[in-house]
Amino acid sequence: MSIEVKDLSYVYSPGTPYAAAALNGVSITVNEGDFLGIIGKTGSGKSTFIQHLNALIKLQSGSIKVYDVDLTQKKPDLKKLRGTVGMVMQYPEYQLFDETVEKDVGYGPKNLGLSEEEIKCRVKEAVELVGLNYKEVADRSPFELSGGQKRRVAIAGVIAMRPRVLILDEPTAGLDPRGKKDIMSLVKRLKETSSPTIIIISHDMDAVAENCDKVALFSEGKIQAVGSPREVFYDANALALAEMDVPSVVKIARELQKKGVSLQGKPVTREELVEAIRRWRDE
Amino acid sequence: MNNVVFGQYYPTGSVVHRLDARIKLLAVIFYIITVFFIRDYVMYAAMFVFIIGLTLVAKIPLKVLLRTVRTIVFLVLVTSIINLFFTTGEVLWVHWKFIKIYKEGVEHAIKLALRLILLMLFPSLLTLTTTPMELTDALESLMKPLKLIKVPVHAIALIMSIALRMIPILMEETNKIMLAQKARGADFDTGGALKKAKAMVPVLVPLFVGAFRRADELALAMDARCYSSVAKRTKYKVMRLTAKDFVAGFICFAVFSLVFLNKYLWPFDQMVLALFK
Amino acid sequence: MAIKFEKVTYEYPAEDNAVVAVKNVDLEIEDGSFVCICGENGSGKSTLAKLMNGLLQPTSGVVTVDGKTTATEEEEELFAIRQKVGMVFQNPDNQMIASIIEDEIAFGPENLGVPREEIGERIEYALSAVGMTEYRHNTPYKLSGGQKQRIAIAAVLAMRPEVLVLDESTAMLDPKGRAEVLKVAHELNDQGITIVLITHFMEEATQADRVVVMSEGRVVMDGTPEEIFRDRASIEKYDLELPITDAIAADLLQAGLPLEDKIYSEKTLAEAICRLK
Repeated sequence: MSIEVKDLSYVYSPGTPYAAAALNGVSITVNEGDFLGIIGKTGSGKSTFIQHLNALIKLQSGSIKVYDVDLTQKKPDLKKLRGTVGMVMQYPEYQLFDETVEKDVGYGPKNLGLSEEEIKCRVKEAVELVGLNYKEVADRSPFELSGGQKRRVAIAGVIAMRPRVLILDEPTAGLDPRGKKDIMSLVKRLKETSSPTIIIISHDMDAVAENCDKVALFSEGKIQAVGSPREVFYDANALALAEMDVPSVVKIARELQKKGVSLQGKPVTREELVEAIRRWRDE
Repeated sequence: MNNVVFGQYYPTGSVVHRLDARIKLLAVIFYIITVFFIRDYVMYAAMFVFIIGLTLVAKIPLKVLLRTVRTIVFLVLVTSIINLFFTTGEVLWVHWKFIKIYKEGVEHAIKLALRLILLMLFPSLLTLTTTPMELTDALESLMKPLKLIKVPVHAIALIMSIALRMIPILMEETNKIMLAQKARGADFDTGGALKKAKAMVPVLVPLFVGAFRRADELALAMDARCYSSVAKRTKYKVMRLTAKDFVAGFICFAVFSLVFLNKYLWPFDQMVLALFK
Repeated sequence: MAIKFEKVTYEYPAEDNAVVAVKNVDLEIEDGSFVCICGENGSGKSTLAKLMNGLLQPTSGVVTVDGKTTATEEEEELFAIRQKVGMVFQNPDNQMIASIIEDEIAFGPENLGVPREEIGERIEYALSAVGMTEYRHNTPYKLSGGQKQRIAIAAVLAMRPEVLVLDESTAMLDPKGRAEVLKVAHELNDQGITIVLITHFMEEATQADRVVVMSEGRVVMDGTPEEIFRDRASIEKYDLELPITDAIAADLLQAGLPLEDKIYSEKTLAEAICRLK
């Protein structure tokens, strides 16, 4: 078990006329090795939730345990937490700041208090992991790279902290089809090599269905449904409540259902759909 | 954060809120001048009563108005204390070792404190009852005569308007960047002033880079919508004075006149004090 | 013919060597059409868009709008072109100048010198065209991304354009916001406004009359969505992707199912699958 959240609630600006509840009794367990997709409308509490996992927001009520860091304690070990949970925010390239790629990527490890050698080694590793040529980019200014490269450098800055849990908030937002594909395969590669647990916020249901093995559906500060993509994307009630769309594959299955064709095995990925249609046809 | 974002504006929809912002702005300007001419305690009291009355009419809780004074408490204390110890006069009240406090010093200190508080209160009432946008429009309108001497009044107003629009966006961005750097282990809270200032570099650099990017895009969007600083433009929003604006203007004028009358013609505060003696 | 490109090349001036963004493009955008421009980042799509209303002027070749060249130094002629070809950009926060929505929408007409009374009517028309009438007196700060972009569209509509260029205006939006903006674009097209939509989302391209694909500054494909997306080799070559339903249809075809090779929506694809048995 890597993350355990129990009964988490959060109110913005409590006690003022602007008070707004963002989370309302959220409980979820994330195991090591999970590829968790968090879905839900804008304003459903997704971002507030993931910010809690990195203690970027002060815990108001409920409990969060990330490996052996207990956030209910008075002074949790934040350095340890931030070395364990890496967070890639939306449009992370807008947070680059240093003169060279080398220095920028090394910012996180430096904050962790690592030695110069260790920092250098991690920076090199991270830059190469995200698919950039270390020798070519290390001494360049991050500001003169292309959009896609900037985003990679920003991700490398998080990877260099060697987090066991990597959280990404809409990592493909604003990219072209090629860029989207590249980032998604990068995330999968990172899961295999450096960060065994991945949590991703996405509005792209097709991508969630293809890549995640667990889905949490947020709505109005609550988790409306959680389970495998199959369980969640075929939970028509919960999806309707959360006003969420389903992956195209599920839409097609629904259309077929309407026409009296019920496919076996509730397909959510393209591969599963093709297989189910073949089987139905051979029946 | 919301409080900062929307300035101090405290919406109640009262008649004070609905007054023409130009009248309110002019009133504040004349008020500030007037405060320096207040002669004695009775007139100070009268001014406070006037402001409290206005606050009630504006339906703003007195607590909210008084909160604005908190920001200058330190200033008031320091200046009062300096005056208390360094004003010399004729009537010596306290003499202890090298400290001498005169009656005049005490009076000076009290009056200065009252004046500072008064100076804070009325303009606060303006910002509590007027949106920044209305203020911008009012300023543009009042500055119109300056066009004759080639002051780019519209451009100045546009700059203020864009600044107002961008402040909440940049604040949100600052917050986002701080969170992102915190997630990378940044520590903004501990250490001395120098360390804290240094810790802000990873926040300020992206913020500035972002601000320039936004400025670029905004300029392009304005070009696309035919903005020109020289061409003749029309103005959609026209501010019109109504009867209530004239009444409000007259009331303020009357109250402020009392201060000057009191100082130069009839010292009626002396008469009031004489009654009590 | 609304917009016409003749042998247009555009080079960005750079310190060392000029970067060619658009190379020798011939293109006509017909009145009343809905044209989608696709292509990977850096393919020259956005440069092409900015050439349409004279925000950029060609290094060589000619761009004309209703027969008039965009290569003019005269502000009046340039404004006539920008009034006809309105443009909405990617980031909704970086193209608004006012803190009140009606002021935002009035900005364009004010620049054009439209009389006051008429600006009021135009605001009403533009807001109702994008379904945002009830937000007239609000601030844009609290709106969703989709709503902000609709306001940006309304701000252009108030200038009564013939062509609306949406330069990646859906890129930063969530699916709901994207659907809102697209719906508005199609409604405006039905009312006779020419739409040029620049996008990375292939699902948006399937709804256009015509798709133009750019790569390395050149127009490499030009045809109906059907023609474009059936050319799967080229789609791959230019780093585009198939709309998801077509990708599924392609998978089914590849699996040996006798499916007709055409463009599908979820609904039509389901119908076609039903006919397989």
